[in-house]
Amino acid sequence: MTRLSQQSAADAALSLRGVGKTYEVNGVPLPVLRHVSLDLARGEFLAIVGASGCGKSTLLRLIVGLDARFEGEILVDGQRVADPGMDRGIVFQDHRLFPWLTVGENIGLGLDAIDLPSAEKARRIAAQIALVGLDGFASAYPHQLSGGMAQRAAIARALVAEPNILLLDEPFGALDSLTRLYLQEELLRIWSDRRVTIVIVTHDVEEALFLADTVVVMEPRPGRISSIARVALSRPRDRGSPEFAALKQRILEDLRR
Amino acid sequence: MSDIPTSPSWRTRWDAAALRRGLTIPLLLALAYVAVVDFGLVRHPLLVPLGRIVLVPFVDPDGRYLWGAIAISLARVVAGVLIGGTLGIGLGLALGLSRAATAAVAPSIHTVRQIALFAWIPLLTAWFGNGEAAKIVFVSLSAFFPTFLNTEQGLRGVPQSYREVARVLRLPLRRRLTRLMLPGALPSILIGMEIALISAWIGTVGAEYAIGSGRGLGSFLSAAREQFRMEIVLIGVLALAAIGYGVNTAAKTVLRGFVKGGDRS
Repeated sequence: MTRLSQQSAADAALSLRGVGKTYEVNGVPLPVLRHVSLDLARGEFLAIVGASGCGKSTLLRLIVGLDARFEGEILVDGQRVADPGMDRGIVFQDHRLFPWLTVGENIGLGLDAIDLPSAEKARRIAAQIALVGLDGFASAYPHQLSGGMAQRAAIARALVAEPNILLLDEPFGALDSLTRLYLQEELLRIWSDRRVTIVIVTHDVEEALFLADTVVVMEPRPGRISSIARVALSRPRDRGSPEFAALKQRILEDLRR
Repeated sequence: MSDIPTSPSWRTRWDAAALRRGLTIPLLLALAYVAVVDFGLVRHPLLVPLGRIVLVPFVDPDGRYLWGAIAISLARVVAGVLIGGTLGIGLGLALGLSRAATAAVAPSIHTVRQIALFAWIPLLTAWFGNGEAAKIVFVSLSAFFPTFLNTEQGLRGVPQSYREVARVLRLPLRRRLTRLMLPGALPSILIGMEIALISAWIGTVGAEYAIGSGRGLGSFLSAAREQFRMEIVLIGVLALAAIGYGVNTAAKTVLRGFVKGGDRS
């Protein structure tokens, strides 16, 4: 995988140009993001790490199109982002499955905006359920799932419309550490299966290094990029290797600055 | 995960225990009443022996009318809940879903809501007379406000996080309604209907008691009081309580059946 930051941005799957965001708190402008510029190649896996309050979740909300009021430009496949679109899928920290719908119905929501024969929709939903390893749970309700299973269903819902970009906002932050490790491996498998471009926001440096091609470190007040690290280690990565430890040490130092 | 055991045996046992506990105080009161009144410890024209009270609806020519009165009152409850509930849910949906509708109508509705329910009676009788129309309008009004308020609040209470999911997935309007807003508001709408039934029952008896002549349990009570038939008044009040309790229990049982998916949290 090669980073395409030198190539023209039109070729990039996702391109941020001087993105800034300012909230107004009691009439006082509060900048949360300033001059964030990034280019992602198709199929690239990018992680954003940073202390809380560095605007990394806000950045994802802007990319997915939940907030159109920001400075700069966000381009997805060369098109300016103003609204949510089927070319992007997002997984939040909380699974946000609708409790009154089954797992299958929740995943099916991802296809409601697309005109497809219902047989094709059913086939795609079944394929997604298999992809995230939830076979047999299509008719279960969210409260019958463990946290890890619910998050898998949320990933399936985000992927069912086959977006080019998958955004994940601390998706495993609320899970226990074993489930977390397991789902990280699952996410890599899904990524290599689907060759989707992924942006994951996390506060876990090890998670970022285990998963991503590129790790972006952000610093707060206002949120901005402080460094970008390429992770040249081959997968599957060994969390115990000296190279991994050295990279982790470097990024942690960046974060502490 | 909350795995509340809901096996039939468990439920029956719980119900039986609750029933025993619930009946203890009424039974003790009845026994005390029988001891004091039926055995003649205290004699007073207002105190009718319990034995005579419970026989009134079966043996007394005036008392027998209790059954017809109950039927008429319940019919008014049904009519009022149908009319008021439909309007309440309809307006609640309009206001809960549309900011424009809220801006236009909400201030007026919430001002009118401040009027105590029974304060409507003088106005309604002036407009609709002392007959059936005023009563039905009054009962409809008493069912309208709870359904309206709970429907509106239920829709407003659909979490922002779920609305964001609907936006991100670009759910079409119809699906947004059927998959998100209506199921999200359903528990609150059902609570509104539950309150509406009780409110309509109270409204019915109140309207019958306060508005002119006519039939129904309220008029039955009013007539008995004027003729000083204490045994009829007392059995009427007992019937009021029993039917109110029955309406409440029936509403809960039926409406709970609508809530799908078990734990809604």
